[in-house]
Amino acid sequence: MAKPDIRHDRATRRLWPALALPGTFWLIALFLVPFYAVMAVAFSGSINIFGEPNPAWNPLDWQFATFRQVFTDSVTGPYQEVWIRTGIYSVCALLICTAVGYPVAYYTARLAGKRRGLVLALILAPWWINYITRMLAWVNLLQDDGYVNKVIGIFGFAPVSWLSGSSFTVVMALAYGYLPYFIIPLFASLDRIDPRLLEASRDLGMSPVRTFLRVTLPLSKMGLITALVITALPMAGDYYTNTIVSGSPKTNMVGNQIELFLLQGPLKNYGAALVLLLSLVLMFFMAYYLILTQRAARDAQ
Amino acid sequence: MTRTDVATRVEAESPPAKRRVPPWRNPWRRPYVLWTITWLYILWSLVPVLIAVQFSFNDGRSRSTWQGFSTQWYCCAEGSIGEDPSLLLALKNSLILGAATVLVATPLGVALAMGLTRWRSRSSRVANGIALVPLVTPEIVLGSALYLVMVNLYQFVPLGRPAMLLGHVTFSVSYVLVIVRSRLLSIGGDYEEAARDLGASPMQAIRTVLIPLLMPSIFASAMIVFATSLDDFVVSQFLFGDASNITVPIKLYNAVRASPTPALNALATLLLVGSFLALILAFVGLRTRRRGRGTRSALEDLADYG
Repeated sequence: MAKPDIRHDRATRRLWPALALPGTFWLIALFLVPFYAVMAVAFSGSINIFGEPNPAWNPLDWQFATFRQVFTDSVTGPYQEVWIRTGIYSVCALLICTAVGYPVAYYTARLAGKRRGLVLALILAPWWINYITRMLAWVNLLQDDGYVNKVIGIFGFAPVSWLSGSSFTVVMALAYGYLPYFIIPLFASLDRIDPRLLEASRDLGMSPVRTFLRVTLPLSKMGLITALVITALPMAGDYYTNTIVSGSPKTNMVGNQIELFLLQGPLKNYGAALVLLLSLVLMFFMAYYLILTQRAARDAQ
Repeated sequence: MTRTDVATRVEAESPPAKRRVPPWRNPWRRPYVLWTITWLYILWSLVPVLIAVQFSFNDGRSRSTWQGFSTQWYCCAEGSIGEDPSLLLALKNSLILGAATVLVATPLGVALAMGLTRWRSRSSRVANGIALVPLVTPEIVLGSALYLVMVNLYQFVPLGRPAMLLGHVTFSVSYVLVIVRSRLLSIGGDYEEAARDLGASPMQAIRTVLIPLLMPSIFASAMIVFATSLDDFVVSQFLFGDASNITVPIKLYNAVRASPTPALNALATLLLVGSFLALILAFVGLRTRRRGRGTRSALEDLADYG
């Protein structure tokens, strides 16, 4: 019996890598190489007759003048405002996400029975509604003669022009747009908490508030951080929300600046440099997150 | 231990305290605050969309004043979906792109999942890491990277449907990988080994044992890929090239600040129906495999894939 087994093993040893090969090749060609292309364009030293950068494929040809320019502009120059705005908008929207999303995820995770399925389905629903559609829905409501102004008119407020460069609208739209993505991972983590732990805490005389602070919150810490990272990453690069509900340069975020450079003008090397800078900032958060998850996995062992 | 239903527990057990407990100290009270926040959130998240759907049936040009029910924006009024070629084109492009993405991404992702799960070595772990990065990459980074590589290096891929297909497959493969792999890990390697002991070749074991076992999750991931591709905006917008390749989300985005009519709401409604149909099929697919066993429902599985 030994011989056929060895032959089997040899056949499978080649089979599994062979199956993984096309997918891996695809991701190298269409994920890693494109990222290299961003660097090649950002570090390009020459422009062609259309004023567009010639990508520098050879790392020895890399010129860092554009990147340095974009970096100083971001720290002290004209983009500084855009970066600060991106940060403030994202932090405000994430705070709203936490304040609304945590109670919702917690309540859903603790529900049982028929209601649980219903509430879960309703909470998952917006995740499957197209993002642009959900923004379109708000544009309908926020028009000058829309329902929102009609409702506040009943209470005697003057109509507000919501859609012309209001930071408040942009922050609320970001929170509204990303809340579903925030709630789902948090729900998954809260759902895994053993209810017996909460009962034990209650039986030992803890008040609900202290049970929450000393049992639920520490146990859901990783879920909360995951939810924050998963929402913060796309939010920081968002440009469409801003264009749809504001459209004014007064509320521009980094994503808008990138889109402007890459799709609406010849200065693609500036856009690529901004993409790199944004990726660097976000990679910092990603690394922090990966270290945290690894530490949590080690502690669990 | 089953889950504790907050509501039924309250009815079953009365507070044991003899003296009056203030409500914030009483762990058995109904969670009124949580209940209110949750239902307010659900209303907040869904009512605007329902109103937008309602206005797709408006009997007038307004998207903010209700003028009676009509289906004129779906068909046959001037500027309706049936009459406006650009809206029809967007719908057609979206569906073709979604179907093509499913056809390419699903086999690619399933093979990748099988390969990476069963092949244990250091390089498989590296490949696994690479395969998961697209899931956490901000779309604008992926979109602009794909755009720059198509324009500068892969010039044989024209912007438009081919480039969009490559882009959509790239982010979809990771979804398929995650879904199929969780199923692969849960069924283990015993069935294939049994098939091979009975004389099947590795390929036969995969074809006759593994693939049928994986079918529900393959189907579910195909549907999820379809819905994600239908909904994608950023990658499409970077790669669509010119107006003949426009998809529904791009059309909505471009028209929303221009002078929109309820036809736009009708288009959004059709997109909504398309992704929900795919989602329901995925849900049914996930449910077939867990009839009568397991404690987690298919809905919770879908929640995990988020």
